Amino acid sequence: MGKNIQLDSHGRLRHFLSIEGLNRTLLTEILDTAENFVSVGNRAAKKVPLLRGKTIANLFFEPSTRTRTTFDLAEKRLSADVLNININTSATTKGETLLDTLQNLTAMQIDLFVVRHSASGAAHFIAQHVPDSVSVINAGDGRHAHPTQAMLDMFTIRKHKEDFTRLRFAIVGDVLHSRVARSQIHALNMLGCPEVRVIGPHTLSPSHVEDLGVHFTTNMEAGLDGVDVIIMLRLQNERMSGALLPSKGEYFHYYGLTEQRLKRAAADAIVMHPGPMNRGVEIESAVADSGHSVILQQVTNGIAVRMAVLSMAMQQSNPEGA
Amino acid sequence: MTATEIAQTSVTDLINHMATQLQQQLGETLDEAKIIGIHTGGTWIAEQLHQRLNNPNPLGELNISFYRDDFTQIGLHPQVSPSNLPFEIDGAQVILVDDVLYSGRTIRAALNEIFDYGRPAKVSLAVLVDRDERELPIRADVTGTRIQLDTDQQIKLIGPEPLTLQLQEV
Repeated sequence: MGKNIQLDSHGRLRHFLSIEGLNRTLLTEILDTAENFVSVGNRAAKKVPLLRGKTIANLFFEPSTRTRTTFDLAEKRLSADVLNININTSATTKGETLLDTLQNLTAMQIDLFVVRHSASGAAHFIAQHVPDSVSVINAGDGRHAHPTQAMLDMFTIRKHKEDFTRLRFAIVGDVLHSRVARSQIHALNMLGCPEVRVIGPHTLSPSHVEDLGVHFTTNMEAGLDGVDVIIMLRLQNERMSGALLPSKGEYFHYYGLTEQRLKRAAADAIVMHPGPMNRGVEIESAVADSGHSVILQQVTNGIAVRMAVLSMAMQQSNPEGA
Repeated sequence: MTATEIAQTSVTDLINHMATQLQQQLGETLDEAKIIGIHTGGTWIAEQLHQRLNNPNPLGELNISFYRDDFTQIGLHPQVSPSNLPFEIDGAQVILVDDVLYSGRTIRAALNEIFDYGRPAKVSLAVLVDRDERELPIRADVTGTRIQLDTDQQIKLIGPEPLTLQLQEV
């Protein structure tokens, strides 16, 4: 994509569109900053005045519960003014183009846009068309990237496991449709993970998935052998066209994470899922609710990580800043 | 004061002086006081005072990065040291400790943060070095020493072991 529009001239985060284009130092800075924000959620007054006077617009062109509410909470805990724009009922349905919508919002002096869109590259497109002082954060674009989800996963992993360079990972399921998996793989590689395995049927794996620096296997049992972290992915029914799977039952039979299969992994392995979970399709309820599961911690950590990314993107808003 | 004089100042003596003043000012209520140091220099001083005063309460630590008024100019400095106030702030007698009191902006930020945790009964301010040129109506109750410096000079506490003062030209 040529020039890296994610960074300003000082190498600081300006837009957060994908993990690609960043570096290990910046990823670590996001995780360290998030560490500081965790305590804010544990206070009686869950608020700090960091982004007071800033206006943030959450543009969700695609439905979302967890991501939208945790962004909303993160923004409010930073004292920003928040605009949640429901795209289904807004002017886009009257034929206004994405660019027109954006220009109108920019005219309202919005400082930062959080964008979720079903088209890959939408956040990048918006970032290219906003004024210099405005930042854009990708909250998921098509099959491409979901960088804040990947960072909250890295944060959760770091809470439980010390050193990324000594961990074995398994990412299980529908990698083909998963922007989360793509962002996770880039982040894990950047943080120096030696072994990432992708497990799933051929029909749900991108061709040349090995080019991302992962090992691919269709065998769930072998793939889980000795791993420290298991990342389950949601079966994305809404993005599937054509006959990629015989049935959900058969998928669970081969790729569902059961208590039995979990025994293959390291004894202290953690189980993650970006949500929403299809219980009984990709994961057994007993596993989802077990002591290995850190799924709800992922949700809580999502707030601190999004606070970190939002505040880091806003700190460059003053061009004098050094 | 010259740079050499400042470098030779005994920080230990200054902290002893601060402890004596706190004992005089707070008397018997001192054991109830909650000591809170402002990260990082203030925490070092707070630890020493906590020891010298045999304060029975846990030590508090404040990281005011999220309360600074110059955030958009200087940015965030992520340190893995979030604020930790392991006691009730509501109704507490607080001793707020910092290394250098200058513009007063750090103390303003610290007070704002403390009030987000609750409503203390009283906050006393104890600083190692008080240099003049306040930009806000804030004063220290207890001071290790007062130093007058030029605006292009900066005084910094180096630590944690040993604690020394250093004069820097900016």
